[in-house]
Amino acid sequence: MQHQAGNISKTGRSATIPIRFNLNGQKVEIAVDPTERLLDTLRYRLNLPGTKEGCGEGECGACSVIIDGLPANSCLVPTFQVRNRIVRTIESIPASSLQPMLETGATQCGACTPGVVVTANWIKENSGVLASHSMRALMAGNLCRCTGYDGIIDGLEKWLGRDGGRS
Amino acid sequence: MNVLMPTSLSEACAFCAKQPDLIPLAGATDLLVHWPIHPAEHDKSYLDLSHVQELRTIGWASGTLTLGALATYWDVLQDGRAKSEFPLLLEAARQVGAIQIQSRGTWAGNIANGSPAADGVPVLMAYDASVTLTSAGGSRSVPLHEYYTGYRKSVRRPDELISAISMPIRKYDFSVFHKVGARRAQAITKIGVAITRESEAPSLGEGVGGRENFHPWRVVANSVSATVKRCTAVEQLLQSNSPVRKPEDFLPALASDVSPIDDIRSTADYRRTVLARLLYHSLRNVAPAVT
Repeated sequence: MQHQAGNISKTGRSATIPIRFNLNGQKVEIAVDPTERLLDTLRYRLNLPGTKEGCGEGECGACSVIIDGLPANSCLVPTFQVRNRIVRTIESIPASSLQPMLETGATQCGACTPGVVVTANWIKENSGVLASHSMRALMAGNLCRCTGYDGIIDGLEKWLGRDGGRS
Repeated sequence: MNVLMPTSLSEACAFCAKQPDLIPLAGATDLLVHWPIHPAEHDKSYLDLSHVQELRTIGWASGTLTLGALATYWDVLQDGRAKSEFPLLLEAARQVGAIQIQSRGTWAGNIANGSPAADGVPVLMAYDASVTLTSAGGSRSVPLHEYYTGYRKSVRRPDELISAISMPIRKYDFSVFHKVGARRAQAITKIGVAITRESEAPSLGEGVGGRENFHPWRVVANSVSATVKRCTAVEQLLQSNSPVRKPEDFLPALASDVSPIDDIRSTADYRRTVLARLLYHSLRNVAPAVT
């Protein structure tokens, strides 16, 4: 779905909203159109194209980012809502984090991969959530149409230093 | 697009009093679905509640659980006491999208959006939840099962906001929530049902006469009517102890409770049939007359 960031609604009444937020550890100050989605702000205004658009309806998770410590679909977040929030994107995660996924065959076309790694990295940094949620449940918001999910779960287990074995 | 960004409930209510066409916004997970191709929505006026910190609360007090209007599914999933007192809230929360939605979506937004397929609403209704509506003039409380007046219509006035949802803390000896979708995760419900049975014993403090009006069963279905629907005929059937020996025995009661339709996700016939089976197989050997 094509969408130019900063587009003005048809009546042209929109005034921009000045906001500040923390993005990958840096302060950002930007004036946003009220109709702008965080996904588009990141990709087209802030030059962070690692975050992908898949479905545009909050189902596939390709646009996953972390807002105030929790995963979110950036296609469903109006950018003005991240004022004074802390946002992390795939660009904040070292490329080496992908290695376990490469080794377990969890990547193919790459469209879902940044979102998968964002969620997987969040699980790694918040591994306490595994006490109440299975890995598969936590990864259920990241769809992959190429490889299936066993490789992704295996990669995540490897990354977490857990024994493999398909659950 | 015009957005107002209050930081307190009173400021938010003042905006609503002045401008009744404001659309309240919390997690935005319903509004922004396919947002770029809905330009008509871009020209409306919104009230962004996401920074009204006082609404982001979960309170346990005086026999009541109160969810502030910004309480998310994830917030409830993290609440240890909710897990023991209101397990169906967790059941439903786990099945709303995945973590990316659970972290943003709010229970109040699920009510306000008014979808008949809402997964949070049936479990809240099965726990006799009430909706607190607040305006500049004060607050009132409406039982959730009386909140909807038709498809995406409710008793909420344009100058009112949902400020909280509250549920009495009771003892239940049976509860279940079923969601039938095209797949286990990330699906919109084709048929859903929440059932609770309140324990008879512990409500002695409620006074003489309380027992006479004691109706232990709550049966609430979603995606089978214009609104999420309490199935009072089914509740009465269970209360009456009339024998139910096969799923079809629920159909006469369901005929007065629900009115499913054919749509993109399912058919009326499938919905009716599966709802009867969900009831039968959930309640068999649980409700005394269902065998």
